Amino acid sequence: METQPIIVSASPHIHTDRTSKKLMYDVVLALLPAFFVSIFVFGISALIVTSVAIISCLLFEYLIQKYLLKTEVSIGDGSALITGILLAFNLPSILPIWMVVAGSLVAIGIAKLSFGGLGYNIFNPALVGRVFLLISFPVQMTLWPTAIKNNTAISDAVTGATPLGIVKERLLYGETMTDLSTKIPSNMDLFLGVMGGSLGEMSAFALLVGGLYLIARKVISWHIPFVMLATMALMTGIFWVIDPEHYASPLFHLLSGGAILGAFFMATDLVTSPVTKTGMVIFAVGIGIITVVIRLFGAYPEGVSFAILIMNAFVPLINKFFKPRRFGEKLKFKIG
Amino acid sequence: MTTAVLNSVLLLASLGLIAAVVLYAVSKKFYVYENPLIAEVEDLLPGANCAGCGLPGCKAFAEKLVNTEDIADLFCPVGGNEVMKLVSEKLGKVVAEKEPTIAVLRCQGSCDVRPKTSEFQGPKSCAISAMIYGGETDCQYGCLGYGDCVEVCKFDAMYVDKVLGIPVIISEKCTSCGACVSACPKGIIEMRPKNKRDLKIYVGCLNEDKGGIAKKACALACIGCSKCEEICPKGAVTMHNNLAYIDPVFCTLCRKCVDICPTHSIVETNFPPKKEKVAEKTEAKLTLEKSKIDA
Amino acid sequence: MLKTFPKGGIHLVDNKLSAGEEIKRLPVPKVVYVPISQHIGIPAEIIVAVKDKVEIGQIIAKSGGYISSNIHSPVAGTVTKLDKIIDSSGYKQQCIVIRTDEKNIANFEEITYPLKKEIDLNPQEIIQRISDSGIVGLGGATFPSHVKLHLKEDEKIEYLLINGIECEPYLTSDHRLMLEKAEEILVGIDIILFALHINKAIIGIENNKKDAIELFKQLAINKENIQVTALEVKYPQGGEKQLIKALLNREVPKNGLPKNVGAVVHNVGTVFAIYEAVQHNKPLIERVVTVTGKKLEHPSNFWVKIGTPISDLINEAGGIEEGVGKIINGGPMMGRALKNTEVPVTKGTSGILMISAEETSRKEVYNCLRCGECIEACPMGLEPFLLMNYAEKGLFESAVKEAVLTCVECGSCSYVCPSNRPLLEYIRYGKINAIKLEKAKK
Repeated sequence: METQPIIVSASPHIHTDRTSKKLMYDVVLALLPAFFVSIFVFGISALIVTSVAIISCLLFEYLIQKYLLKTEVSIGDGSALITGILLAFNLPSILPIWMVVAGSLVAIGIAKLSFGGLGYNIFNPALVGRVFLLISFPVQMTLWPTAIKNNTAISDAVTGATPLGIVKERLLYGETMTDLSTKIPSNMDLFLGVMGGSLGEMSAFALLVGGLYLIARKVISWHIPFVMLATMALMTGIFWVIDPEHYASPLFHLLSGGAILGAFFMATDLVTSPVTKTGMVIFAVGIGIITVVIRLFGAYPEGVSFAILIMNAFVPLINKFFKPRRFGEKLKFKIG
Repeated sequence: MTTAVLNSVLLLASLGLIAAVVLYAVSKKFYVYENPLIAEVEDLLPGANCAGCGLPGCKAFAEKLVNTEDIADLFCPVGGNEVMKLVSEKLGKVVAEKEPTIAVLRCQGSCDVRPKTSEFQGPKSCAISAMIYGGETDCQYGCLGYGDCVEVCKFDAMYVDKVLGIPVIISEKCTSCGACVSACPKGIIEMRPKNKRDLKIYVGCLNEDKGGIAKKACALACIGCSKCEEICPKGAVTMHNNLAYIDPVFCTLCRKCVDICPTHSIVETNFPPKKEKVAEKTEAKLTLEKSKIDA
Repeated sequence: MLKTFPKGGIHLVDNKLSAGEEIKRLPVPKVVYVPISQHIGIPAEIIVAVKDKVEIGQIIAKSGGYISSNIHSPVAGTVTKLDKIIDSSGYKQQCIVIRTDEKNIANFEEITYPLKKEIDLNPQEIIQRISDSGIVGLGGATFPSHVKLHLKEDEKIEYLLINGIECEPYLTSDHRLMLEKAEEILVGIDIILFALHINKAIIGIENNKKDAIELFKQLAINKENIQVTALEVKYPQGGEKQLIKALLNREVPKNGLPKNVGAVVHNVGTVFAIYEAVQHNKPLIERVVTVTGKKLEHPSNFWVKIGTPISDLINEAGGIEEGVGKIINGGPMMGRALKNTEVPVTKGTSGILMISAEETSRKEVYNCLRCGECIEACPMGLEPFLLMNYAEKGLFESAVKEAVLTCVECGSCSYVCPSNRPLLEYIRYGKINAIKLEKAKK
């Protein structure tokens, strides 16, 4: 009788259904609302930039793994797809296509594969790609089409800066927040997504929906987003309370720029964030502080990308110092 | 403008000079004396850093050789007697002469003779699989085929044959460093003497089960019938736990055991075709010539 | 809010398919294969020879040292050979093979003993009787019980904890034993309390066995020194250290034993065996085994003689279905997969699980995502991904620094890993080599 031979393996003999592929595709699902908003606001160019980013990320990963590194090709695991989407969400919709491709090459080739592939990279690949583009092509990376209310396709858009950019520049010129209140979108506009900025920075609402979905599905834990946003709110709140004319309100800071996108989707990247909950809290506090420092006192209007990359560099140290308490031992700081 | 250039040049030059002086002073102050002999001996060694000598690398071995009085116990298997002779001359110390050896896989249980009765799921590593059970076949003593030995071989002298499913040792490349012997969790690989024409006779089986059970598991198993022990003229074959073992010290490579083994469990390598065949040929020739003469 | 251990643990699907099945007696097997190493410690030494006739309960192998146990014949018959049979370790071990007498096979019904509550022996005699009867921990660990009961002068035990948790999915032997032999188990508890001069006992039962909890609460209602506590259903609640943490909120220190925190833990099966040994002088020759699986005709619980080949049990429960993937000795989390069905039942066999290939097949392994799930799941506060990393690379000393030796091998880490990494295999590999290294140092 031809039967399947008996299987022998070590214990445990059962396994959870929750695999890494499912996690990745949940993240893609969570990013869909923000994606639809970006198409609504920016039209076909948003679709083009996102598709180009995704395709070039997958293509570069395939080519480099197959021909350069000669290892197994792993584009099916969903991580390159996510890197493509997140990279696109950090770019203006009118960015020249070849720059998108260059960014993808840096994100996948340098930030991910040269470190050893999935699980070995220290820095968030999408952010490395974005920062590379920002530093190499500062002009094109800081030109966004202005969104016109109730408009769908913007082809001859007037280019301008983001709300954060406007605030920073104008405050430097001595204007006050009350002066600016007409020039920047209201908080409700920011929440719903009618403003200038990169593809993914549009609707805080859409991003929150996605982020909360991820927390509910237990793909990410609430620690990093909550603590990061709370730290940002606290820090900007202190300054705003002291001098509301020269500092924007915490709500404005939370809703504008890449704060929510960064908090829910970039900082929570599994590979580049700490492994313990305590470590995650420290990590998030660091990101919050550095973001606010850059936003208020640094040269750039937006600091989330830099803050996350800087804290990524600290993650191995955080992992070493903040180990879980072992059963039977007292909690103490030890060099692991 | 010229003063600016002159100042820059002078400043950098003086910085460079200071740096050079500091570096020189430090290299003199923190100089670690090392016996120059160690470097010379290290040059004589093969430089494979394979740890076959028991020490982590050729530099460490060179240090040990220079610093130990009696080096009769130390031996570099990769360099062999040649290298040890050179070392002995350089240091003026006596070295042991060892017979060259070669790694031998004492299992013939390839996929065609040893059927699989279960499927193993898990990391394809011999060490891990041996921890869990005796292997996918009914012989729990045999080779698992996942190639831990191949991975540790630094000299590319081993590979796992895709069809047979067990490793193959390339005699010419084997330096008998011993890494594969320690890597095998079942002790299947053994170092046996390597003679000039690489003639080897060994029992290619480690199965200690009773004959019937062993044969069911693998067609080439040693069934413990003791025929080889009886026929060996030099007493080189011993039986223990239903398994034969040929001691290379006493074996004269006469091949009587190979012929008599009913399961072809004893392996011979690199021997020329049998004398009987030559005798047959000569006889055939003689009969032919005789018939010619008669005719 | 039910009590539980605070750190780690996972929630599994119960699958207690045989919870409603009364324990049946398996027909006496024609041949029994009794291994000499059914317990932690030194294997027992054989004291019978081929062709000897043995009686039920006759001692056939003597304890080989302090941490060892006696082995008794489960049937009346003749010793036919002393052979090496493959057992659940995956390798062949020395066994005593006994062919059962026809008379014994015909006497299908066993002697049933009436409940005896009075304890006739003194503490010394009780511990000696337990030692003589070959009783080992029947929860699966098979640690010789008399060693656990040997206390030094200054060691005082505050609590006796009874492990009625049975946190492994599919297994129901302890559950049924608690329902059917509750009174005997309570007498067994009294025996241990008396023998070790302990004042209080707590019976811990997981909340998915509500009938057992109710029954014990009722029966122990007038006993002030025995308390019954329902615990949250979480794996591995049945682990000794986790049980002590949940019931007493005390943590056994690293390299320590439960008696360091004033507790001693015994499985309900062990307690029942102690009752039978002390009250009726019956050595450990049989135990309850669950035979279960989704594709099995009739998941059941049986009283099985030690040494019965597993094929007997499987046939009695309806036979193997097509497409069985693994046959597991024990539960799906910590049990051992068997190569064939000729493996005998031993003192540590709590269940035989037939699990389908779809439910159990290993999936493709990916790189470690450093997601931290394994750290969340580990009840001992370890970092399994790091331990696997060290073990893979051969850095066993670093693994020891990361407390690899405190791992209880519950398997929670491998269960939750989204990348399907074989964490537990490499951690075990690390443990084995770390112990080898420590031994080599001495």
